[in-house]
Amino acid sequence: MTSQTIIDPPEDGHFRNGQASNGSAPSPTTLSIHLTINGRDHALDIEPRVTLLDALRERLHLTGTKKGCDHGQCGACTVHVDGERVLACLTLAAQVEGRSITTIEGLADEDGTLHAVQAAFLEQDAFQCGYCTPGQIMSAVACIREGHAGSDEEIREYMAGNLCRCGAYPHIVAAVRQAAEGLRS
Amino acid sequence: MRDFSYLRVDSVEAARNAAALPGAMLLAGGTTLIDLAKCGVAEPATVIDISYIEGLNAIDVTADRAVIGALAKMSHVADNAEVKSHFPAVSEALWQAASAQLRNMATIGGNLMQRTRCPYFRDPQNFPACNKREPGSGCSAIGGVTRGHAVLGTSEACIATYPGDLAIALVAFDAEVDLGERKLKVEDFFLAPGATAEREHDIRPGEVITAIEIPGSAAARRSTYLKVRDRQSYEFAAASAAVGLELEGDGRTIRDIRVAVGGVATKPWRAREVEDALKGKPLDEATVRKASELAMESAVDHGANHYKIALAPRVIARAILQLGETA
Ligand SMILES: Cc1cc2nc3c(=O)[nH]c(=O)nc-3n(C[C@H](O)[C@H](O)[C@H](O)COP(=O)(O)OP(=O)(O)OC[C@H]3O[C@@H](n4cnc5c(N)ncnc54)[C@H](O)[C@@H]3O)c2cc1C
Ligand code: SF4
Ligand code: FES
Ligand code: FES
Repeated sequence: MTSQTIIDPPEDGHFRNGQASNGSAPSPTTLSIHLTINGRDHALDIEPRVTLLDALRERLHLTGTKKGCDHGQCGACTVHVDGERVLACLTLAAQVEGRSITTIEGLADEDGTLHAVQAAFLEQDAFQCGYCTPGQIMSAVACIREGHAGSDEEIREYMAGNLCRCGAYPHIVAAVRQAAEGLRS
Repeated sequence: MRDFSYLRVDSVEAARNAAALPGAMLLAGGTTLIDLAKCGVAEPATVIDISYIEGLNAIDVTADRAVIGALAKMSHVADNAEVKSHFPAVSEALWQAASAQLRNMATIGGNLMQRTRCPYFRDPQNFPACNKREPGSGCSAIGGVTRGHAVLGTSEACIATYPGDLAIALVAFDAEVDLGERKLKVEDFFLAPGATAEREHDIRPGEVITAIEIPGSAAARRSTYLKVRDRQSYEFAAASAAVGLELEGDGRTIRDIRVAVGGVATKPWRAREVEDALKGKPLDEATVRKASELAMESAVDHGANHYKIALAPRVIARAILQLGETA
């Protein structure tokens, strides 16, 4: 969709996916949207109900972003939209058109140099099975940028939205602390 | 999740017109709507995306008044320096809610509109009886597992707890919700279940929340939100209290006090009995504890939630006493 589809309601009050239709009831159809992910533009035809998480994984094969609960409760699907951490499982793909989306695949440099948080997770051995890790790392990058990584207590509070069933929490806190200190100095 | 059609609107007026359509639901942050749609509880025919409307996310705060746009994000309001200094309880209620990711998505308007819900409500496949979902179908919670359910404001139709945090602070400080044509006290905007559990808000088809307004006061400036829960973070309140305090010049006598409780009632609950018992009285532990008990005078438990009747007054008292210790 382009910005032209942002419209006022038609006089008869009926819509079809962003376009006024004459008298017909609103019905689900396919939306054509553009998403900007890790700096690249992707054109997609999707049903309106498709979440950003399913669009990333099933359509664009960016499977680094994980599906844990699919209900906003675990943080495995954390990505950045316009630089802020959000949950891809509760975000409609259509709702982030025109926004800048960053996933775990877009974090390292082009030459493969890891982001400071990725390096810290490796150094501190901050995972076991690794399923929660992309979400933890995306969350930690934003947590540090927000200025919410000042102490272990603050890190625990502001990383609380990322669950780790393996219980790697002490090492995760250590990794976030190390990366925060590194990025500050 | 049933499919729906998707419409973006770019003005409040367009949102109002669209919201009046049968089966239409507004989408702001989506953190509640998409969740409930996946559970099969919300089945919108059309989703009206209001998140692209410009200018509705302003946060305008002075000592006299806070005006917060409906699309302001929970995280942005929580971290706002003026909100922190003039309305600390509002900031604290927000940063202790949900998670950092959810707060970056969720809006103030959507937060007020989140459903008063219980685990049975979220599970239509296994528990068809729920008066909130299907008026007249019964209540699966009454006689079931009730540990999280309400003890204040319940009815025979529904005992679900209002789960939000922000609105507890809003009712303590007489905030209003702006619906364009009408402005309502937040306290009156929320409805107890009575015989109509499906109606939780005094909002009409086609109405859109544009802002909330909170009048400034000495009590709002010296305020706090205390949230007690089963785990330290990322959890709904077992019991919570929003409290504001103003002392006389002697530094000891209570001039003004505001008390509202969360996690224990079917709607954001102002505890005026506690306030009335404390105005003009000295701020000492025995007086505060005795007055805090009054909040639970009309409480009715359903077995497993009995502990809330003992817990809530302690949370209120601790919040007041902690405030008393701060200068
Ligand atoms: C895992 C989890 C944990 C949570 N924990 C907490 C917690 O501890 N404390 C807490 O307070 N909350 C908690 N929440 C709830 C969360 O705060 C709400 O989901 C959020 O505030 C809703 O805002 P939204 O913008 O995402 O709403 P949406 O999901 O977009 O909308 C919610 C409802 O409001 C309507 N609506 C939205 N905007 C408007 C408007 N301007 N005018 C009229 N109607 C409107 C929509 O039509 C919809 O019915 C939690 C949620 C999750 C998923
Ligand atoms: S307590 Fe209310 S929401 Fe829960 S099952 Fe009963 S009627 Fe439904
Ligand atoms: S998959 Fe999104 S929070 Fe669990
Ligand atoms: S490393 Fe296994 S879930 Fe966190």
